[in-house]
Amino acid sequence: MKKIILNIIIGSFVIITSCQKLMPPAPKDEDVLAGTIPGLTPEQEKEHLVGDASFGKIFTKEEGLGPIFVQTSCANCHIGNGKGHLSTQLTRFANVNGSIIDYLLNKGGPQLQQHSILGYLPETLPTEANAFSKRIAPAVMGLGYIAALDDQTILSNADPNDLNGDGISGRPNYVTPTSFFSPQSIHIPFNNQYIGRFGKKAEKVTIQDQVVFALKQDIGITSDFDTQDLFNYQLGVYTGDDAADPEVSSGFVHGLVFYMRTLKAPTRRNKDNADVIAGEKLFAQIGCTSCHTPSFTTAQSDISALSNQTFYPYSDFLLHDMGELLDDNFPEGSANGFEWRTPPLWGLGLAKDSQGGQMFLLHDGRAKTFDQVITFHGGEAASRRTAFNALSQTEKDQIFKFLESL
Amino acid sequence: MKNLLPIILFLLCLRTIAQTDSSFIKRTPADTNKLKMNMDAVYNRPFLTMGKFPVAVGGYVEANSSYFGTDGVTEGLSFQIPRLTLFISSSIKKRIKFLSEIEFEEGGKEIAIEFASMDIELHPLLNLRGGIIMNPIGAFNQNHDGPKWEFINRPFSATTIIPSTWSNVGFGLFGKYAMNNFVWAYEAYLTNGFDDKIISNPENRTWLPASKENPERFEESFNGVPLVTTKTAIRHRKIGEIGVSWMGGVYNKFRIDGVIVDKQRRIDLFAIDLNTTLPKINTYITGEWVWAMVEVPDNYTKEYGNKLRGGFLDVVQPILKRKILGWENSTLNLAFRTEYVDYNVGTFSETETNIADHLFAVVPGISFRPSALTVIRFNYRYHWQTDLLGNPAARTAGIQFGFSTYF
Repeated sequence: MKKIILNIIIGSFVIITSCQKLMPPAPKDEDVLAGTIPGLTPEQEKEHLVGDASFGKIFTKEEGLGPIFVQTSCANCHIGNGKGHLSTQLTRFANVNGSIIDYLLNKGGPQLQQHSILGYLPETLPTEANAFSKRIAPAVMGLGYIAALDDQTILSNADPNDLNGDGISGRPNYVTPTSFFSPQSIHIPFNNQYIGRFGKKAEKVTIQDQVVFALKQDIGITSDFDTQDLFNYQLGVYTGDDAADPEVSSGFVHGLVFYMRTLKAPTRRNKDNADVIAGEKLFAQIGCTSCHTPSFTTAQSDISALSNQTFYPYSDFLLHDMGELLDDNFPEGSANGFEWRTPPLWGLGLAKDSQGGQMFLLHDGRAKTFDQVITFHGGEAASRRTAFNALSQTEKDQIFKFLESL
Repeated sequence: MKNLLPIILFLLCLRTIAQTDSSFIKRTPADTNKLKMNMDAVYNRPFLTMGKFPVAVGGYVEANSSYFGTDGVTEGLSFQIPRLTLFISSSIKKRIKFLSEIEFEEGGKEIAIEFASMDIELHPLLNLRGGIIMNPIGAFNQNHDGPKWEFINRPFSATTIIPSTWSNVGFGLFGKYAMNNFVWAYEAYLTNGFDDKIISNPENRTWLPASKENPERFEESFNGVPLVTTKTAIRHRKIGEIGVSWMGGVYNKFRIDGVIVDKQRRIDLFAIDLNTTLPKINTYITGEWVWAMVEVPDNYTKEYGNKLRGGFLDVVQPILKRKILGWENSTLNLAFRTEYVDYNVGTFSETETNIADHLFAVVPGISFRPSALTVIRFNYRYHWQTDLLGNPAARTAGIQFGFSTYF
């Protein structure tokens, strides 16, 4: 009996002292997209967690979901802060007649809400629509660095008339700002418009613009910044849901914005690998970096951890003609259907960990491999695609390894 | 709470009597007759009776500590008292009895009448039951008392697919027929049922427990269509018991003020349960598997699955049964649970890949029973939870230590 008791005491002691070792270890920082930018204060870390909870919040109809919507929370599209899945693809639509663009706002435009709360019918595409753009959600990490860039830095890469003769003519998307936009020292107006830097076509000037738009158009949630609820025009019943508007406060919106501003940039992996190094050189050598600019440095920011920071997005945040294969015939701001903002490449190597084990790339997720993505490059990027195709398979694989390291 | 006060005071009075004359109080042990079945669990509990007083009382309590962590993040050590349950039974007249079970969860945060029904025996094969009943779906829902289990956590499938303890107002029939070593039993009830919270909730999935949050369900049906629950089971004295059950009804409000506003959307659950004790080595095995089919509107997002499934298997091996620390017939057990739930069975139409949203867990444990009424348990739990898309699983592990006892 004494032996049993002794064993129990010793066993209990071992278990209690090794509690931590019996727990699953944390994944390496480089293997996940979650986490904060370095240098935040404890108060900022706490605010980040508040925003994180808002980002993951599942809205119900009692809280104002819908009545028509694309998803019930931010995190359902941006799973693990990463790129979206085909199952959460959204559709934007308009009637485009030459240079006349009608976003069909009185027919439910500019975005289709294909889901609805119980007892309510979802939207279908109106017959007047003739331009459609399907999109998957972008990854949301590192946005604070992009937001902290000054316009002059973005403009320094613009070359709308291709004066340098490299075949690339990036230009900014000047868009009319929202009513709640407050220009900061980093913004440079042009004809009362400002440079968009967020969104597939750089159609949003600030993260807040994107958050307010997505809350309403994706989840059907009104906020202090946009109090008009969605409803399905096709029903002929011009009421939304029963929840009082605004359904979330300005504090909720600011919390989401802060969360996204303070999400870390993806951490690179295997960057000392010989193939990765070789791939990076080839990537620059064939001219990919003409648009996929490796690095930038931020301006002064109200979040000191974002001030004067060099980051590596592999994007110039400018619009480029991507050719016929990627033309969605859906203009936004000054961007035409065939023009797209250079998407940041950071986090590409972790894309499949947020997309269910396989990659869905390009704006609509149509490409499943890097090879396919490059094949779709046309317009200004056609010369880079040709240069890539001329590489040996080994060299192509080295470029792929480099992309996976981002 | 006001309604419960007289009951609590009454129970306190009983304790006062017990202190003055302990011979007045007699413990009626649980019936260990091998022909007792899962359906008998509600009455197959130890009660305290007082002389010729026609009322018997009992209850159980569970308390534990836990230390859990997920992917390297832990909130540290915490202590819980997940439930304190009181039973009161009364023999009103010969073959007419009443039993109620009141549960205080999480230190009184939630108080629920889980069972309060009158049983009238017309014949062993024909009994009437009415009141708040526990729907006989699977075995765990009716047989959930903490001291009967070697594991601190209730099985996921039995709490998140079958929302145990799932009880509703209604009535029905039950009966048993015994012959030689066999006993066959049936139960059939009509009750109030689910509501549309099961597909409109903050859990981001089809979540049957959400209906338990509707306090109106004990007052009126959400849609006027009864939930039907039936179960049949057969037990062999030496082999064990197997049960098959079905619960089905309509969960949405399809008619408002006589106007049809939606189609009737069904929910159906099928369950199979079994338990047996291997001869000679006395290994006790119990398990349950459930399938749930929910008619989710086409306009819903993929997160809300229309098919769910899951189950658990517990294996308990007594390794020491003798006098330990002065307790006669105490038992030391090794226990192992494996469980799985898939909240969304199907494939994405866009990619033809599997919809994941599943969880797999293993729980080894040790339990010590100084008596059949009390269990002291130590569990180590490890589970892998995969999101809707099947991305790398979140890993959670935890150590739990606690006890559960009838009193």
